[in-house]
This record gives sequence, structure tokens and C-alpha cells, in this order.
Amino acid sequence: MYLTKSEERILDGEEGQARQLAMKLLAAIGDAYQAPRMIKVRSAQISGVSYKTIGEPGLDFLKEISSGGAVATIRAMLNPAGMDLARWKELRVPREFAEKQFEIMQCFKSMKVEPTCTCIPYHGKGAPLKAEHIAWAESSAVVFANSVLGARTNREGGPTALASSILGLSPLYGMHVEEERRPTHLVNLECKLNTDLDYSLLGYWMGRSLASSVPKIKGLPKASSHDRLKALCASMAASGSISMFVWDGNGQNEQMETVSINKDQLSEIDRLLSSNEDFQHVALGCPHLSLDELKLIANLASGRKTTKKLWCFTSRYVRDAAQQQGYVAMI
Amino acid sequence: MRSPELIMNGRKIVGGQAFGKAVVSKQSMSFFGGIDPRTGIVIEHNHELRGQSIAGKVFVFPRGKGSTVGSYVIYGLRKYGVAPIGMVNVESEPIIIGGCVLAGIPLVDRLDKDPIGIIETGDWVEVNGDAGRVLVRKQHVRSR
Repeated sequence: MYLTKSEERILDGEEGQARQLAMKLLAAIGDAYQAPRMIKVRSAQISGVSYKTIGEPGLDFLKEISSGGAVATIRAMLNPAGMDLARWKELRVPREFAEKQFEIMQCFKSMKVEPTCTCIPYHGKGAPLKAEHIAWAESSAVVFANSVLGARTNREGGPTALASSILGLSPLYGMHVEEERRPTHLVNLECKLNTDLDYSLLGYWMGRSLASSVPKIKGLPKASSHDRLKALCASMAASGSISMFVWDGNGQNEQMETVSINKDQLSEIDRLLSSNEDFQHVALGCPHLSLDELKLIANLASGRKTTKKLWCFTSRYVRDAAQQQGYVAMI
Repeated sequence: MRSPELIMNGRKIVGGQAFGKAVVSKQSMSFFGGIDPRTGIVIEHNHELRGQSIAGKVFVFPRGKGSTVGSYVIYGLRKYGVAPIGMVNVESEPIIIGGCVLAGIPLVDRLDKDPIGIIETGDWVEVNGDAGRVLVRKQHVRSR
């Protein structure tokens, strides 16, 4: 791929080892995907934050690159960590784990990465503008940013998003390219989506049936709430490798491979993912709960006592907003 | 009799050169959860290489899969001295590319011949990540 003079300088190590490594990484990816050049990205969202996933190798790498002087030059945000950073003791997280997790957070802090620790970075200051190029790693947020917000990002990984945060660049390929964002498949929705769960089921079915395509969904209500769309995006990302979907009404329904989905197929996915076993614990918030969802839970829980343990997961940012509204106290 | 040599040309992804014995997998590989970063031994359940080590070998496999944390696992393998010395893919994707860049492991893909069909575990292989070339010296000459 073509690199500018200043990008070449970085690749040659003239701006230090950390920036050189970041450029080597992005240039290698760019070459592999035949990117003609780099583009500027406005924000990066980095995955691989939890010690439970990245372990010693990830921590070793973060120590090396952060001590090598790497610093984020654009807005850089984080996916969730492996524990609640404030209340880990209360939640009985082992001390050894917590210490490793704090080492990871220290590495990111020294690189000027904001400890947003959320999988919904579009709730809060990190929301991208339409047509903005970004480099995000959380796969559900990638689908949401591309499809709902109209921003442009590939499904980055922890290392590439980190490299993008350091350089403010990403190779120009995939979802950054207009032509690649055109729909490749038509999904004919033959039933109404009545509940939040229906959106999740549709997403799961799409991810499973349409590997790395750009599906256009015919019949998806324009007025769907962001929370329902979040559920759609999350299950689509989890069951496959879709980076974006397109709404019907954008452009022509030219000759495209068409697949139909009806109520029976949604019910089948429901059965596949459900279990009849008894449970002790309810966990909500994957992806993180929004303020509206916390309000709903607060109204349902207020004045009642739960018979099972209920955990609600969200970002510190949304939690603080919920606390101000009194929702936290109600739950 | 000297073993016949076979040259395959492809795409250079990560530079550098390596020469060593091949370990070949017909299945895709998830480094995260699939390989123990401390030993280089394949730990993925039901994987054809389960129990075998890729340390110090030229690792030949179709492509990466799974979590992007896999890149850190490849980096970890290098750090603990149990990394493959080179990699050959049918088609590389960002997890493997990222890992090979971080660990400085030569990587070549998109060869003009099928590396999975031709290279066998135990063959001597030279990976040239600067030229995008793979040279194979067959360990066993197949009778025709």
C-alpha cells in the first residue's frame, strides 16, 4: 500500500519503537486487504481489556508497548474489564486477579486511553458522527456504528484498534469503502417484531445464515428503539461475522440473493437458545444496559423484592446517569 | 537420493526468513484457547493436532479463527520461547497477521499451490517472508 512520507518515517522507526510497531501492524493488514492507503480515524475502541481473556501474554505486550512510549493520539476507549474496578472486593473477585487487572488499566492509562470500559461506547461522549471513520473492536458496537449511526468501521481486534489509537490511522478497506457498504443480500422479514427478544432472534438468525455479507432488511421498522437495534446488532455479531446491515429504502432492490424469515424460524432459534433448567441468578446487560433499560428495570423492581439474585451490567457513565435519576436506588 | 525440492510462490505478509520442520493442520486455528502460550502445545478439543507442539516449527494451516486475543497469544509464544519460527496460510486474516507482526514471525499466504495438500508434517520448509516464497523439501517421497 502507499504510505505518505510521514507514515514511512514512522515505519522506519524514526518516531520510536512503539509507533513503528503500530505502523508495521496496520501496514501489514493494509497490504493483505489491498488497501490503497491509510485514512484518518476519529476514535478507536479497544478490546482485550480483561485479564481473564488476554492473560499474561496480553499484559506482557501492553507493558512493552506502553513502556515504549506509545500514546493515543485520538479519542481512545476501552471494552469492559474483567471485573467492576470499584466494587471488585464486594463481588468477591480474587485479589491476584484484581492486581493483574489493575496493571492492565495502568498500561492503558499511561497510553492516555480513557477507561470507559463499555461495549456500548456510542452511549456517552464516544458517539461517532455520520460518515465518520473510526476503528472499533467491540463487534456489536461495530454493527451498531455502521448500520444505525452511519459511521464507518471494520471489525477491529484489540491489537489493531490499539495501533489505530496510537497513529490515528486505519487502512482503507472493507467498511471504510463506499462500494463495500452496498447490500449483498436481501432479508425479507415476513413477520412483525413484537418484543425485544424478537430483535435478538432475528439478529442471531442473520449472523448464522449470512456469513460476512451486508444484508438489507426489508420490513425492519424505522422507528425501532436504539435498545432493540442494539439487541439486533449484538446477536448478529455474536453468531457470525456481519459488520453492517442496511435499511430498506436505501437505493434499489436490485438483483440480490433473497432470504425470507418468518415467525416459525424465529421461534426455532428461541427454542435452540433456551433451556428449561432452574436458575439461581439473573444477569442483564450484555451488551451493557442503557439508561432507558435501567429505567425499565427500576420501574419493574421498585417496591418489589427479587427472589433470585439480579445483576445489572452497564458502564460507569450510564450508571452515574442512572444514579442521578434515582434508578439505582430503585433497583 | 536427495529429496526433491518444490517452490511455491505467494504473498509476503510479514518479512523475515525461517527454515525448519513443518507441522501441518488441515483445520483452521484459534490461538486463543487453542494453544497453550507457555508451551506451544495445541490444547483445542477435537483438534487434529491436539497434544502436539508448534514450538520451533514452521506452522502450516488454512487460516486463523476465533478471538483477536489470539494475536497476543502468538506474541506470548515468542516471549516464552515456544513460538513457531514461520507460518504459512492459505489465506491470512488480521489475528494471525497481527500476531506475526508483534512476534516478528515470517508469514506468507496465497501460494500458487495448495500448501495444505502438499506440505506434510515433518517436511523441511523454508519460509521467505521477504520474497513471499516457500520452499519444501519432502521428507517422504511418495511412490507413484
